[in-house]
Amino acid sequence: MAVTLHADDTDALPAHAVAGPDARQLRGARLWPAKVNREWAFGGSTGAGATVCVVDSGVDPGHRLVGGVSSAVAVRIEDDKAHIEDDQIGDVCGHGTACAGIIRSIAPDCELVSVRVLGEGFIGSGPAIIEGLRWAVEQGFDVINMSLSTTKERFVADLHALTDAAYFRRSLIVASAHNMPVRSYPWRFASVVSVASHDIDDPLAYLRNPDPPVEFYARGVEVDVAWADGSTLRASGNSFATPHISGICALIRAKHPELTPPEVKTLLGLTATNAEAAG
Amino acid sequence: MSADRAAIAAGLLPGDELHRSLLRSIVDVARAIFRARAASVFLLDAEADELVFEAVSGEGEESLVGRRFPSSTGIAGWVLVTGQSLVLDDVSADPRFASQAAESTGYVPKAIMAVPLVSGERTLGVLEVLDRPSGERFTMEEADLLGMFATQAAVALDLLQRSRSARRLLAGGAEDGDGSALTRLAAALESAEAQDREAALELVRAVERLVSRLG
Repeated sequence: MAVTLHADDTDALPAHAVAGPDARQLRGARLWPAKVNREWAFGGSTGAGATVCVVDSGVDPGHRLVGGVSSAVAVRIEDDKAHIEDDQIGDVCGHGTACAGIIRSIAPDCELVSVRVLGEGFIGSGPAIIEGLRWAVEQGFDVINMSLSTTKERFVADLHALTDAAYFRRSLIVASAHNMPVRSYPWRFASVVSVASHDIDDPLAYLRNPDPPVEFYARGVEVDVAWADGSTLRASGNSFATPHISGICALIRAKHPELTPPEVKTLLGLTATNAEAAG
Repeated sequence: MSADRAAIAAGLLPGDELHRSLLRSIVDVARAIFRARAASVFLLDAEADELVFEAVSGEGEESLVGRRFPSSTGIAGWVLVTGQSLVLDDVSADPRFASQAAESTGYVPKAIMAVPLVSGERTLGVLEVLDRPSGERFTMEEADLLGMFATQAAVALDLLQRSRSARRLLAGGAEDGDGSALTRLAAALESAEAQDREAALELVRAVERLVSRLG
């Protein structure tokens, strides 16, 4: 079900003053055990049934490490208006393909969708990112990977409304933290999962940061990734740590579709490598 | 009056030479910090919406300064749009990047660190550091350090670019009508009676608030 969202009407999403039947018989609540672990969280999950959307430079669907995408769209800016259309070009950098490949390596059976928000110039890139994210939130994907951020304050209100809308509509946005001393968004918002890098050579090692706004660290140093035109290279950066968490979230959401974004975030925190080590 | 103003502008505000030497210094220092084979800086030309290759230190042809690139594709375009830094090894494996690099700088790097030049809300361009003669990899810690240096460089560039705009406006705004209007406004404010001037400044502040909301 696709619902059109506009920044100014996200407040009008359904809110019931009286608990209805859905609230009276809460699905899944009884399934959360007293003590959770990774086995409960995503043991046996391959990501089958979960859809992960990569909002980036496009994805090369033919890359051997990507293993295909179920759909690919691009944001085109014309006369100051953003249009969503089928992506005929693919990846204009290599980065989106890298993210898709990382997600596939962790959640081999998930469904991947690409939204290309680059390629229309720098000037229109703010609106392109907003419109690409809006489309992704409207589709209701289980996980939305955003390895990008903006420093422009005029987009903050729209981004905030969209990330909140995603949170309430059960789309989990996983966003790269900025590793430079600048104010940028959306990773600073509490409604998303924000990710920076650690240098542990284990794709499933993730650490909970006790000192936010960065919430989690994932593998982001010297990662072998898919790149443009069928190539591979070795890459470091928070933008490569982010799809690791997206992949893990896809495993969780595939196994526990009843969990909401804050519950998935809590589960990540409880099953983090440093939390498990602490017992 | 306008001749005086132009003279003052030329005397007090920085021009192209200072801009060139700042860019030169940025790439020289970036290269020296990381003992790299080359460093280069691309600045956004907002009017053309293109990245312009502005300066290079080390490998690469200085004569190719001025070459233009798309502002939202390729590695530099990705860094400019997303504001995220990248450390890439074996980048020569990417056939698109390799052919573009060979064409633009005459040499294809193996390793690259690329960070955005961000001053406050403004993204001015991209700073890249390429290869180490030893072949040693760039680390994330180094990318963080390059990011900090890039932020300092971006603040200096931002200041200089603003001063150059002020210089153009004061020099008569030959480039567009708005420039001349602002110059005339500044001249009128300067010669106004104290009381009128306060009232006029009040109005200017209101316009400023309005424009900042539009911007």
